[in-house]
Amino acid sequence: MKNMWIIAKKDLGSFFSSPVFYSLTSVFLILNGFIFFNILNFFSLQSFQAQQMRGGGIGLNLNEMVVEPSFHNMAVILLLIIPLVTMRSFAEEKKSKTFALLLSSPIHLIEIIVGKFVACMIVVGLMILLSAYSTGYLILVGNPEMGPIITGYLGILLMTGCYVAMGLFASSLTDNQIIAAVISFGLALFMWIIGWGAQAGGSGLGQLLEYLSLITHLEHFLKGLISSSDLVYYLSFIFFGLFLTHRVLESSRWR
Amino acid sequence: MIEVEQLSKSYGPREAIKNLSFQIEKGEVVGFLGPNGAGKSTTMNILSCIMPASSGTAKICGFDVFEQALEIRKLIGYLPETPPLYSDMVVYDYLSFAARLRNVPLKNTQSAVEQVIEKCSLKEARERIIGRLSKGYQQRVGIAQAMVHNPDILILDEPTIGLDPIQIIEIRKLIQELALSHTIILSSHILPEITQICKRVIIISDGQIAAVDSLDALTTRLHKGERLLLEVRQNSSEILEKLRALKKVNAVTEHQPAHFTIDCEPNADIQDKIAQLSLDNKWGIVELKPVSMTLEDIFLKLTLEENKVQQ
Repeated sequence: MKNMWIIAKKDLGSFFSSPVFYSLTSVFLILNGFIFFNILNFFSLQSFQAQQMRGGGIGLNLNEMVVEPSFHNMAVILLLIIPLVTMRSFAEEKKSKTFALLLSSPIHLIEIIVGKFVACMIVVGLMILLSAYSTGYLILVGNPEMGPIITGYLGILLMTGCYVAMGLFASSLTDNQIIAAVISFGLALFMWIIGWGAQAGGSGLGQLLEYLSLITHLEHFLKGLISSSDLVYYLSFIFFGLFLTHRVLESSRWR
Repeated sequence: MIEVEQLSKSYGPREAIKNLSFQIEKGEVVGFLGPNGAGKSTTMNILSCIMPASSGTAKICGFDVFEQALEIRKLIGYLPETPPLYSDMVVYDYLSFAARLRNVPLKNTQSAVEQVIEKCSLKEARERIIGRLSKGYQQRVGIAQAMVHNPDILILDEPTIGLDPIQIIEIRKLIQELALSHTIILSSHILPEITQICKRVIIISDGQIAAVDSLDALTTRLHKGERLLLEVRQNSSEILEKLRALKKVNAVTEHQPAHFTIDCEPNADIQDKIAQLSLDNKWGIVELKPVSMTLEDIFLKLTLEENKVQQ
């Protein structure tokens, strides 16, 4: 536990001292802000029109029309951003031969992996936190339901965990950061759209593919639903990703 | 303190080291000497538990490098061939990170880091970013990293590679100071480096040990005589006596039945006499040859490199 923190702290230090973190955060915030602005604009136009018509008293749902699409879009932007956060984790250590320092120290490989996972999660968590001003603004001026917002953030965070686990796995495969980013982006996108095969897959396989897709499970969280099936899916996804990373790093020592 | 038995490692079909066996006592300063690609780094990587061996065992302080790697890692400090430096970190932060990794308690970290900064004369560099330091300073940070937790054993892989002569002298001085209180394993492909620092040498060539001996003994062996190998069919005790009676023969040993090693003075040229002797006595000579020159070959290679360095 202590060793894990030492690794995480070191990684966080190098994140915050490099321009990569700041440029990624800026891009994330700008895209996120722009999308939020447009969604909100569309919503106000719609509610204005609804008021003009008869029955305008029935308000449009802020959660359904603003909060949910915002989360959806955030999930897409994170898909693009996270591979760039995780790509350096192991690839850079291997390239600059610093991995030998970690391997010759009295710590378990699993502590190194979890330490790096935690560091990446904190970095992405910070980005999400910085973008939360939009939700804060909604709460300030509107009257959204708090439940789906909280479960939405939980869902996004769990999904982030899956992206990060895949990113770490990709980073453990190579000593080239670009290759690591490409692989983890490909993996993440594939796990996102794997549900599209559902129609072609027939009933049994189709259900399986649908269950495997990252996005189906986020859906429930955005609706304000925490189901054990989704929790198990995300947590085992993360565990499996870290497990594969462990296997790859362990086996590379034998070669 | 360090016991290595029959250690082998192959990378795919290529065997990097073959059946290495040697022992190192506490407090010794041992040099691994050998040309590039001889298997020095592989051996050191195995000893520091970074990679497992293909076969054979290595024990450090009674702990097996494979089974009890975590215990061993507490005892050793390792400087790989490329110093494991984070180029974006400040020297001080990097050394504290290394200290924390090696289980130095938080409250002792500061004093431990101050100590190695002092020992490795890194004072001027302590607040600088590692990536911007000169190669010599970086190497010193690498050594500081290996000793920040005050380990019993230091494993230094080519600590002076790529440095200019003044830096080399500084690093050598540092290692000599460290030798007073640590067991050190050092590798090099440069002879004078070993001769200046180490008391014992393990010469590796093509993944095999060519010689393990104290430096003095090695030099005597190299410069004071030649060695012949004699194999005969007949085995009798008189052979030993008769060979010893020959002129210019220093010593004769029977290392296997009917296999004799004859140490003689340089340029003795006594092959004829031995052949004659075996004919006269009907020993049935099977083989008579000078012992393989690998050791000399290696020394020659190393001395050549030494000359290159000095130029």
